[in-house]
Amino acid sequence: MPQGVGGNIGSAKAQLLPRAGRSGAPATGPWAKAAVATFESVSKNYGNVRALADFNFEVRAGELVALLGPNGAGKTTAIRLLLGLAKPNGGHLNVFGGDPASVDTHVRVGAMMQVGRVPETLRVREHVDLFSSYYPNPLPISETLAIAGLEELKDRKFGLLSGGQKQRVLFALAICGNPDLLFLDEPTVGLDVEARHLLWDEIRSLLRRGKTVVLTTHYLEEADALADRIVVINKGRMIAEGTPAEIKSRTAGKKIRCVTELPLEVIRKMAGVADVKADREAVVIQTAHPENVLRQLLQLDLEISGIEVSSAGLDEAFLALTREARG
Amino acid sequence: MATTATAIGTALRRPNLVAICAKEAKYEFLKNLRFPMYSVSTVVLPLMFYVLFGLVMGRQTIGNISTTVYLIPAYGTFGVMGASLFGTAAGLASERGLGWLQVKRASPMPIFAYFFAKVVMSLIFSTVDVVALMAMGMAFGGVHLPAATAAKLLGTLLAGSVPFCAMGLAIGYFASPNSAPAVINLFYLPMSFCSGLWMPFMFLPHFVQKIALILPPYHLSQLAFNVVGAGQGGPMAIHWQTLAGFTLLCMGIAWVGHQRDQKANG
Repeated sequence: MPQGVGGNIGSAKAQLLPRAGRSGAPATGPWAKAAVATFESVSKNYGNVRALADFNFEVRAGELVALLGPNGAGKTTAIRLLLGLAKPNGGHLNVFGGDPASVDTHVRVGAMMQVGRVPETLRVREHVDLFSSYYPNPLPISETLAIAGLEELKDRKFGLLSGGQKQRVLFALAICGNPDLLFLDEPTVGLDVEARHLLWDEIRSLLRRGKTVVLTTHYLEEADALADRIVVINKGRMIAEGTPAEIKSRTAGKKIRCVTELPLEVIRKMAGVADVKADREAVVIQTAHPENVLRQLLQLDLEISGIEVSSAGLDEAFLALTREARG
Repeated sequence: MATTATAIGTALRRPNLVAICAKEAKYEFLKNLRFPMYSVSTVVLPLMFYVLFGLVMGRQTIGNISTTVYLIPAYGTFGVMGASLFGTAAGLASERGLGWLQVKRASPMPIFAYFFAKVVMSLIFSTVDVVALMAMGMAFGGVHLPAATAAKLLGTLLAGSVPFCAMGLAIGYFASPNSAPAVINLFYLPMSFCSGLWMPFMFLPHFVQKIALILPPYHLSQLAFNVVGAGQGGPMAIHWQTLAGFTLLCMGIAWVGHQRDQKANG
């Protein structure tokens, strides 16, 4: 086949680009995955409350990035900015290189948001049918229902669904337009373990289809189970960023529980103690260096008893991380 | 290949506004039809009044016109007003206050479709109201309305429902989800009474008659009475002009509420 001299540069380049989709570690170098959304030193205030401050952040094609933080950290604000529902007070922000509020952007985006009340007298299938009509190239309704696990509930009125089923309908509304980029704002909040794992499976199936997902959560466990990359935010600022393994290694710590007469202030001043608090008859000490702390404890209190050393839970690790950023 | 895909993407990028509006209106209608507090009360209440005061109370006349005729435009105005106010304000206040409108605004839905659907849904219930009143009158009240008159009465009441849709949007932007029904009734019931929809206008105290002159339902009812020959006479243009002015005022208030929401949210 004769090769045109200058004609086919575009398609030749296209062939060289890495295949879209999931491929383990994030690509680096000249073939790094394209950014589909970018925050450049974005700040956002609500009255006197600073919701986001100097926020720099990039969402890359095909990844699942989790925004992790406690309530009020600024996660939902970030999503609202990405959807064009709020405007930044400072900095720049784009989605697919354009204005997040434009229709051209919205047809490529799906969102699962926290909502107080959804019209209860419409059936599941009707909700999906209506939202599908907003998009130029929606998935077939049957496919949307299948992905969200709603086939058997499609004729049920929304008001008669359980909490987990309601979340799945909101999930279906987010994916029905076959968007390239999905925002899931605390998708599993209030769900029981089974419903949460079901939704996780559905989110993973989106990634297999090459979608890009931004998820907010206040469960480190959830971010760990799903994300390629975790961004920890607190009080509107990014305090850590990395793969789940990196984040966990930064926060790895142990918990020592023991019964001692030593005052809390004395323990707090020991080398290596991150935090200490009274727990019923005992004290609980957070530390990255348990051997060190135990040595000091045993020296200072000969009567010490009931010593237990355990791995700090993920939530405690997360608390340690936010505290570290504050201090 | 990538270039071709982009070209197709551009061509299909905008969803079809007409199709969205049609679907939005269909589901807005179904949503309210299955919600008895709206569907039953907006249709049954005016009909019940008509049966009680028009049919059960026996044949009487107001001026030189039978009550069964007189009460069709009166309760027609009352019904149309209720369908429009509740159809727009209650839904907007609740969907705005409890986050559903935000979910829709995060989608590519054109905001026009959202309001269009609420107005169309209200017009459908208004039509049912008026047609049911006329049918009831013709079947049991000895009313004879020529087809042209019936059509004109329906057309007048539907056109005259638009100001109340606008008023509903204005209320919906300022009332909270819980207070909306109460706020609507606070306007709906006193305005209906003072405009002579429950009791013939001539029987109302003088100061109430004066107040009525600035109330939109009074003007709509005068237009409707005129269609069946029960009007007070005089030029009709002033009534249409008042309703048009009131519509603009309410849309202005709704616009202020919309801006206020945008500012508060973002």
